[in-house]
Amino acid sequence: MENTASEYESFYHGKGKYKGILSWLMSTDHKRIGIQYLVALLTFFSVGVLLGLLIRLSLIAPGKFIGQETYNRVFSVHGIIMIFLFIIPGVPVAFGNFFLPILIGARDVAFPRLNRFTWWIYLAGATLVVFSLFAAGGAPDTGWTFYAPYSIRAKANITLAVTGVFVLGFSSILTGINFVTTIHRLRAPGMTWFKLPLFVWTLYATGWVQLLATPVLAITLVFIILGRVFGVGFFDPSKGGDPILYEHLFWTYSHPAVYIMVLPAMGIISEVIPVFARKKIFGYKAVAFSAIGIASVGYFVWGHHMFTSGMSDTARIIFSFITFLVAVPSGIKIFNWVSTLYKGSIVGSAPIYFALTFIFLFSIGGLTGLIIGSLEPNLQLHGTYFIVAHFHYVMFGGAGFAILTALHYWFPKMFGRMYPERPAKIGWFILFIGFNLLYFSMFILGYEGMPRRYFDYPPRYFPLHLVSTIGSWILAIGLAIIAGNLLRALFKGPKAPADPWGGRTLEWTIPSPPPTENFAETPVIRD
Amino acid sequence: MTLNATESQDHISSYRTYFFIWAALMLLLVATIAVAKVEVSRYSVLLNLFIATVKAGLVLFFFMHLKYENWFLKGVLFMVLVMLAIVIGLTFSDVWYR
Repeated sequence: MENTASEYESFYHGKGKYKGILSWLMSTDHKRIGIQYLVALLTFFSVGVLLGLLIRLSLIAPGKFIGQETYNRVFSVHGIIMIFLFIIPGVPVAFGNFFLPILIGARDVAFPRLNRFTWWIYLAGATLVVFSLFAAGGAPDTGWTFYAPYSIRAKANITLAVTGVFVLGFSSILTGINFVTTIHRLRAPGMTWFKLPLFVWTLYATGWVQLLATPVLAITLVFIILGRVFGVGFFDPSKGGDPILYEHLFWTYSHPAVYIMVLPAMGIISEVIPVFARKKIFGYKAVAFSAIGIASVGYFVWGHHMFTSGMSDTARIIFSFITFLVAVPSGIKIFNWVSTLYKGSIVGSAPIYFALTFIFLFSIGGLTGLIIGSLEPNLQLHGTYFIVAHFHYVMFGGAGFAILTALHYWFPKMFGRMYPERPAKIGWFILFIGFNLLYFSMFILGYEGMPRRYFDYPPRYFPLHLVSTIGSWILAIGLAIIAGNLLRALFKGPKAPADPWGGRTLEWTIPSPPPTENFAETPVIRD
Repeated sequence: MTLNATESQDHISSYRTYFFIWAALMLLLVATIAVAKVEVSRYSVLLNLFIATVKAGLVLFFFMHLKYENWFLKGVLFMVLVMLAIVIGLTFSDVWYR
């Protein structure tokens, strides 16, 4: 194959219609778009982390550290930025854009211009959200869920923020359409469905969820805007509306959105584990179908967010049952990853550290999810820190660590540089310690009855809040070391070979960083 | 990449067919309004959703030419319809029994 030629022009140097910054902003190259998304995502992630640190700092001890209104705004903005600007677009737009076409042997996605358009929509939505933080009226204070009827009556800039999220949704829908079409139409000769890398399978399942669930969020947000601007009472009980209907509509999107965040994250782990265990993935078809299983069953479990909302008992029992069902395909994935590692010749490089941590933390997040998926414990724990802990174990311990795994796994391919392993592992260790101090304390706090969303608390919760806050500092140090290490490697790291890890998927058959056209000649998949 | 048969062909339906579909849509519109006026208890929503599905189906199959597409595209649409039905059904497991 001619794809590993030593003399080539990487996509960073490819000549297009535009020069300078416009060669990035107007580029339709999936790799350039992926890198731009990655930069934007990590920027918003950094802002979200700073706001998170501020929340923890304000909760370090009982008493008023920041005012309650400011506190409400800070945790709302932390949620809105982390959820809508970082983790929902997250893996698909950054790593999916960069690697999907390469993994299936294509030159680009099916609709490159549409891909560029999604970036601009994302930027427009993000601008509206950021603008809502600073415009007169103040940042949103509703939490990231915009629960009605408060979100209809609140004085803060809800309309602006909601419009921003509405716009962001279109970016997500169009990315979903693009990926599903790409996977159907642009696979290289011989790349049959069951030869697809598992990351591609998860992007496929995610694409469908983006396509089918996001419109529900869009219409829900339009209802909020109509309520605020024109006084239409869809969710306002004083006008005959139903606030629980808002929760139904919101979670009909937002629970599948959890899978938009976690499914491609699982795909990354399914790529990394076999490479560093030096084995084929155990149960390829089971892992592939479990992605589809999670995507389809996960669409019908939204009601478990509403067990304490006043929903009917019938609905609560049905949703609790389906919630237990969705644990089955997730469990299949975990068992298959562990079985892949069994008797593997495991190479202790940095990516596998993050991947194994994903399995550990996501398992805790998943199993605690079963506790709160049961009706009785849920009624006790729903309004407490237990939920905050569970949520962060799944989102940060799961999707967040998968992004860190992907960064360390694909960094040489994306940027053509190697990073030193030792600082990466030190950063990982500190992050792991900080993460568990920060969030495991919250499980105990929640179990003891500490309510969530409160800006102050009785002195008996002080010790665990202190541990949690110290954990947040340790976590931040770990993140800083990881970020510093990768940033330094970006400029000073040694050049990366085409395949530094011994990977078997197509991205490792082409030079690092990839050429503009990805492949000198279209690969043909034989075995 | 070559275009497949469904992409390269034009399908021209007769005015007669379009007229009948339009007439059917008008009849179904009258039915929708009638159901809303009569208030057939709590099943009126279900009935209207059914009528709306039939109307959307007629538009999709005849005006938007889904009739001439292959089984895969029809299957995808059917899957979406089933998912939507389940979502609405699950919501009603709350609304009806609250």
